[in-house]
Amino acid sequence: MRYASGSLLRLESTSNKKATETEQNASKGSVTPYFPQTKWPLIADRRPCKNAYILTTMKPQQVQYTARAEQHLKGTIDMESIKKRTSARWKQASIPYLFTMPWIIGFLAFTLGPLIFSLIISFYEWPVIGQKTFIGLANYKEMFTSDPLFWTSLTVTLKFAALFVPLNIIVALLLAMLLNQNVKGSGIFRTAFYLPSVISGVALAMIWAWVFDGEYGILNYILSVFGIEGPKWLISTTWAPVAMVIASLWGQGTMMLIFLAGLKNIPKDMYEASSIDGAGKWKQFTRITLPMLSPTILFNLITTIIAAFQQLTLALVMTGGGPTNSTYFYAMYMYENAFKYSKMGYSSANAWFMFAIVLALTMLVFKSSSAWVYYEGEMKHGKR
Amino acid sequence: MKKIVIYGLLILFSILFIAPFFWMITTAVKSPEELYVFPPKWIPSIFHWSNFATAWETQPFNIYLKNSLIVTGMSLLGQLLSSALVAYGFARFRFRGKDTLFMILLASMMIPWEVTMIPQYMEFNFLGWINTLKPLIVPAWFGAPFFIFLLRQFIMGIPVELEEAARIDGANPLQIFVRLIIPLMSPALILVGVFHVLNSWNDYLGPLIFLNDQSKYTLTLGLSQFRGMFGVDMVSIMAVTFLICLPPLAIFFFAQRYIVGGIATTGIKG
Repeated sequence: MRYASGSLLRLESTSNKKATETEQNASKGSVTPYFPQTKWPLIADRRPCKNAYILTTMKPQQVQYTARAEQHLKGTIDMESIKKRTSARWKQASIPYLFTMPWIIGFLAFTLGPLIFSLIISFYEWPVIGQKTFIGLANYKEMFTSDPLFWTSLTVTLKFAALFVPLNIIVALLLAMLLNQNVKGSGIFRTAFYLPSVISGVALAMIWAWVFDGEYGILNYILSVFGIEGPKWLISTTWAPVAMVIASLWGQGTMMLIFLAGLKNIPKDMYEASSIDGAGKWKQFTRITLPMLSPTILFNLITTIIAAFQQLTLALVMTGGGPTNSTYFYAMYMYENAFKYSKMGYSSANAWFMFAIVLALTMLVFKSSSAWVYYEGEMKHGKR
Repeated sequence: MKKIVIYGLLILFSILFIAPFFWMITTAVKSPEELYVFPPKWIPSIFHWSNFATAWETQPFNIYLKNSLIVTGMSLLGQLLSSALVAYGFARFRFRGKDTLFMILLASMMIPWEVTMIPQYMEFNFLGWINTLKPLIVPAWFGAPFFIFLLRQFIMGIPVELEEAARIDGANPLQIFVRLIIPLMSPALILVGVFHVLNSWNDYLGPLIFLNDQSKYTLTLGLSQFRGMFGVDMVSIMAVTFLICLPPLAIFFFAQRYIVGGIATTGIKG
């Protein structure tokens, strides 16, 4: 029924054509259609049109009533045409669903279904093969009270996130600002900074494992040139997590491009006006660049937090979680519980706990964002 | 003076970002003797191009390559088709529950893969798909939220008049979609295609979880086998790493324009 209003809207915008059509039909002696027989409703057409506006604000029932009443008055009601129209309407109504169907099915089968199932089996002892037993909250209890590895992996991940999230934002922002300085050949530099982002995972881990090699790695050689004796990166409990952060920072390219786009969106006259008023570079950065960029920072912050908690490939390939669990990330803990020890239920409980943490952190960032994120629209339109 | 500092920083960072690549490539063409010398040699004295062929033989990489190509190609086809269809549905129709569905779509981007990983594994196990390439291909045929969002934004930017004209001429929605929308949205489709190929080619966790037999391995999984493998030196590992990096790098150079522009337009609005 919603389409009734849509099709009336169409009537307004192409009224001339429709009018002649209606006349032709009338002369043939057929049913006068009150509704122009549009093929399917188009919604993007919302040009300001006074009459159309009035019609669309009618309740669908009213629209139907007037249409019927019109037909009654003219004495042209015809059950056959109503039936036809209803089936045509059904057809029209199903079209959008046919288009969106692939995703709806995929979402149910590969996201929502698994999500619910994951929650259910987190209350079970669920080995891959064998007896599945309902154990209530025991998985969660075990996790918090009697599994030291849970706390180890959580600490490792939180430490990693605490180091990686701010550094990633700072490095990406710094590079974006450098690229935004109107320098010649900025395209080449941009390519250089972005290039590592197209390779990821295993190849990146392999390259860095070799760079970090304690004896023959290039990094320690370069450090030695400057008179610094480099640590045995990947076999040192202190430095292996740092190595992970460095290797992850290498792939910051996407974030840098997003920042760059954000910077390009800041109107130039803001800087000009402020420099006339005598603002220095630092003041411009803190008073113009950062506030104007804050929505972008928010977006990047959330993406980075989520990425930090999913860190797994690097650790799996470079260190295997070692040395002495110093790079045993939470995602790795989950992975091993599920696929090494085949504790599917327990691992699902781990997964839900991680999901809860990530959600909580995201919410926290969002809640705090009203204090530090500035939307330009607020000023322009008075409200948002 | 200011310019010099900026250029200095840009060059310094460029070197930092490119050096690991350079180190990989020069290692790949070194002789094994030159590998373990101190100080390390940036440029090998002789370029051993044959290293690549030798390294390729250390594992059945031809089979891995075939698998990677199948996975990437088949999933790409599905991804483009279904993401575009769904995006068109969300961009141009009004229907009951549309706003709710779209909110769900956006929210589903937030769900970490780790949460659905285990049930998905069990699901594919139930279907008998474990140790086949299907789990890596089939889900792509149902579209991905991020790509749908990206394409929807693009379609919203296409003027609706063209579709109106086509509709008045009697074209049905599917015809309009195939004949009009797909050609018009080709830049966005290229971007989605590039992103998907990169994701699929670089994917490690999917193959790691769903594949068991060596004959089913993809390139990344094969590459990771080098860790803890004895008798294979860094030269071979770096040579194979380089070869696996080549397609993404090539794609990047050809599609750079689309990638840079695409990220810029999607990221801004957050």
